[in-house]
Amino acid sequence: MTLSLGNGLAALREQIDAPVAAFFSSCVHCGLCAEACLFYTETGDPHYAPIRKLEPLRRLWSREFTLFGRIGAALGLSRPLTEADLAEWEVLVYDSCTLCGRCSLACPVGNDLTAMIRKLREGMTAAGYAPEGLKKAAVRALTGISPVGVGEHSVRKLVEAQAAACGIPIEMDKEGADWLVTISSIEFIAFPEVLGALAKLFKAAGATWTIASDAYEATNIGVQIGSRDVAGTLVQRIVDAAHRLKVKGVVTPECGHAYQALRWEGPNLIGAAYDVEVIHIIDLLDRWRAAGKLKTSGKDTSRLTYHDPCQISRRGGLEPQARRLMAMVAADFVETADAGPWNWCCGGGGGLSANHRAKDLRLTVFGPKKRQLEAVKPEGLVTACSNCRNILEEALQHYDMDLPVLGLVEMLAEYLDEEPS
Amino acid sequence: MSSTALLLWAKGPGFAFAAAVFLFGVTLRVVEMLWLRRRPDRSVARGSGALQGLRTVVSRFLPAPGLVARSPVVHVGGMVFHLGLFAVVFLYGPHIAAIRGMTGLDWPGLPTGAIDGATVLTIAAMIVLLIARSKDPVRRLLTTGADHLAWTATLLPLLTGFLLVNRVALPFETLLAVHLLSVELLLVLFPFTTLMHAVTFAFARYYAGAIAGRKGAHS
Ligand code: SF4
Ligand code: SF4
Repeated sequence: MTLSLGNGLAALREQIDAPVAAFFSSCVHCGLCAEACLFYTETGDPHYAPIRKLEPLRRLWSREFTLFGRIGAALGLSRPLTEADLAEWEVLVYDSCTLCGRCSLACPVGNDLTAMIRKLREGMTAAGYAPEGLKKAAVRALTGISPVGVGEHSVRKLVEAQAAACGIPIEMDKEGADWLVTISSIEFIAFPEVLGALAKLFKAAGATWTIASDAYEATNIGVQIGSRDVAGTLVQRIVDAAHRLKVKGVVTPECGHAYQALRWEGPNLIGAAYDVEVIHIIDLLDRWRAAGKLKTSGKDTSRLTYHDPCQISRRGGLEPQARRLMAMVAADFVETADAGPWNWCCGGGGGLSANHRAKDLRLTVFGPKKRQLEAVKPEGLVTACSNCRNILEEALQHYDMDLPVLGLVEMLAEYLDEEPS
Repeated sequence: MSSTALLLWAKGPGFAFAAAVFLFGVTLRVVEMLWLRRRPDRSVARGSGALQGLRTVVSRFLPAPGLVARSPVVHVGGMVFHLGLFAVVFLYGPHIAAIRGMTGLDWPGLPTGAIDGATVLTIAAMIVLLIARSKDPVRRLLTTGADHLAWTATLLPLLTGFLLVNRVALPFETLLAVHLLSVELLLVLFPFTTLMHAVTFAFARYYAGAIAGRKGAHS
């Protein structure tokens, strides 16, 4: 056995727990998870069945973690996992899964397939079988801060420019601020206006905030590629900055995976409970709305719909919050079919947006989203994830669909009464 | 071996052996599953994992919206099969009497005519599901030899039970012996095949619900 395969198998063994055993023990091979998966519905390729993507993990569990499997292995009735198996599965585990979570909702016996694919990636990465795009992004995030190489100098310039544009100062590394706000690189690059929008919203709510020069990045490539070490290092960076700046809480921005990584996986990755609150920006804004701190005037009168980011709605449960905020700014809101928990993925989650070799497939699996939109013909598409927003814009352009994609935070800021109430 | 001797064997040592394998196998598989435990979750919960876990055990009996239209045969066939099988196994008078004899538990059953109808429907659903399995590329890819074994082992007690109740073909004693032996085969295979899902599904649903419930997410 090669060293890398040994590392991969060791990492996989670490991931096997009682839920994994319950899930594999319960699968009846009904194939319904495939019907929920955009990669199967759009291609008809049975290899994209979610449970099929998990075959290496299932084999390891069966051979090593069940008595009957061990007896079978001793009798030579099953094959051990090989490098060739992992190499073959790499595309299934990374290129054809956005970790969207639809399959996990669909399985009649209750298997959380998405959680298991996330676990399987730990073994794949440890064995060296991860897409180049993700590996490079991980190296950039570890050696710098941003997975796409947005440096501190650029961040400072963007922050200054947006502060000047909105007329509200934004102070970086401000000690004692209420909130440490993290930003995703896609926002810095493609949607920097969100910084000005945040400045307006925090001012209106009477809260102070800051951005850390050594921990501005919200996204966590470690969670996407499947490396607890990388993921834990990136989470620790933010926790350290929160301590250094003595903030009361940390805000995750409009990014689905960043929310899952920092809010839910984070404490387990660093092995300690947080001593500050971590909250998604949509949740925080809704809290302020409920407290009467956000007042808006006027509404957008065009026909708007909302794209539920998988990690924020289905796997985050924050879709009521998003809709309450939408109601503040949208006069003509329309839901698409399957909106909410059953929404269809944009096609770019789970690291797919950084996995360039999967671009064609990503555009193919935009099919359900496209059909959802064609059915209700909106004039604007609002979402609360900058990665979704970027992918949606790219796919809409590819399919010649003329539809602006808007960020919920920016929309809210646009209709905000700016004086603190 | 005479049919009386066969029946006596099936009722006595045969059944004891099958029940022992079943109980040992199921206990072993549940214990080795729970033995793997879960790591403690250090994140601050937004909702109750335990409550949602229990809710999901029940709520997953309902089909997923949108998927019924994509796979109507599997959904309708699966529902008919599971409900029918439940009625035949647990609501048939002689079965209840047998369970009462072993455990002392008792509950009302359905008339024999209804059980007969349920048996026919259950067998029909099994055949339809088998055809659907062989036609669909995903199910073809996922299906193993053990699945076919489990299918056959489930069909045999239904078939022999139907023949027994309707006094068709072989003499009563022989048929009863064959029926009992088919049940024993099912019990012996249970822990080694997908039949095991009839026990572990509750754990799987609970875990999925609990994982999502802590986050206030959907399951
Ligand atoms: S998480 Fe989404 S993309 Fe991945 S296998 Fe499940 S349904 Fe398919
Ligand atoms: S839906 Fe669940 S039970 Fe059916 S094949 Fe997929 S994982 Fe197995």
